[in-house]
Amino acid sequence: MLPELTAEEKSILDDVKTDLAEISKERSKLIPILQFIQSKINYLPQVAINLVADHLDISPSEVYGVATFYNQFRFNPPGRNPVKVCMGTACHVRGGDIILENFERKLEIKEGETTPDREFSVERVACVGCCALAPVAIMGETVHGHMQPSKVEGLVLRVRIEKEKQEREKQKNEPGK
Amino acid sequence: MITIRVDNKKLTVKEGTNLLKACLDNDIYIPNLCYVEKMSHPPASCRLCFVEIEGEKHPIPACTVKVTREIVVKTDSPGVRQLQKVALQLLLSVHHLDCRNCEANRKCALQKIAKFLNVGLKSKHLDHFLKEMEIDQRHPFLNYYPNRCVLCGRCIHVCRDRNKQAQLTFANRGFDTVISFFIKPGAPPLQCDACRACIEACPVAAILPKISN
Ligand code: SF4
Ligand code: SF4
Ligand code: FES
Ligand code: FES
Repeated sequence: MLPELTAEEKSILDDVKTDLAEISKERSKLIPILQFIQSKINYLPQVAINLVADHLDISPSEVYGVATFYNQFRFNPPGRNPVKVCMGTACHVRGGDIILENFERKLEIKEGETTPDREFSVERVACVGCCALAPVAIMGETVHGHMQPSKVEGLVLRVRIEKEKQEREKQKNEPGK
Repeated sequence: MITIRVDNKKLTVKEGTNLLKACLDNDIYIPNLCYVEKMSHPPASCRLCFVEIEGEKHPIPACTVKVTREIVVKTDSPGVRQLQKVALQLLLSVHHLDCRNCEANRKCALQKIAKFLNVGLKSKHLDHFLKEMEIDQRHPFLNYYPNRCVLCGRCIHVCRDRNKQAQLTFANRGFDTVISFFIKPGAPPLQCDACRACIEACPVAAILPKISN
């Protein structure tokens, strides 16, 4: 289910292992360590949970329980096109949950997850400050107002077409080189 | 030894005895879900075991009281009963009621407490919320039923007690709270199949073995 670790992430985690050796093994270090790892690699992959559990000599379940309590920790890598669907009051009233559901269905992932190709991730956020445009979704840095199911289709499609185009061009260029 | 009065009954107990246990041991029933004997720090999370103690302003969960002096306790005052009824109704408002198809039927703590408090199992005036997932089947040996679970935490406690480290945990927060677990990929198989402490400790049927035998 979870996207696999990239080579880069693996090497970051190796560094993390070395860094951990410097940190004391008190239970109170649990949250700071989780924050440290997430600051390095943007999420908490499964191996990280185990690393921390081993370091502090507590069960991986305990680490997992603490980590899931806080919104600041995520367990999936952010996609290249992170989608944030606003669930603030205004957007909620204007059907934000329908927009979220559409993204989830279209991308075949649940809120908080990332597509296996890491192209998209979806999460819910609180008011993003442009309620007049409700319902609002943000993809990457761009705010999309007055969202509709058809717009969800369009946004996802555009990214996928763009990606295909790039890949085709890469293929065209590569054998020639 | 200390002598206390509970509902006009005299009990003589050892100093330091847990008040809830003292009552239960002497056939004075107090509804309870989250207390496990010999707990050093009862979580007092189910909010069911309230009693009134003379001299105290407010009702107190009996599981948090250690008997250290002669006290006068009331377990059935209207105030206590009101608190217990509300606590139970809140639990039932997030409970998938399906006793006929439930393994706990007839030995279920919720049924027993509801009967004792004379509260209907069907919540009437509260909104009913259920979690999306009916059964979590990821665990190699256990199935977990989020909509049956009363989040008492007994399973976690007994697991830690027996295995030093708890293999179970609370995960998430608020209405999304569930019992969960995290297994190291490739780790040696868990001892759960032989242990089963959590299954025995569960007051409902929220954790069951995958293959029932
Ligand atoms: S856990 Fe108890 S109240 Fe709930 S469905 Fe099962 S028997 Fe009924
Ligand atoms: S699974 Fe059972 S023992 Fe564990 S918290 Fe839920 S109701 Fe309590
Ligand atoms: S509620 Fe969505 S932008 Fe304010
Ligand atoms: S048994 Fe005392 S609060 Fe749950």
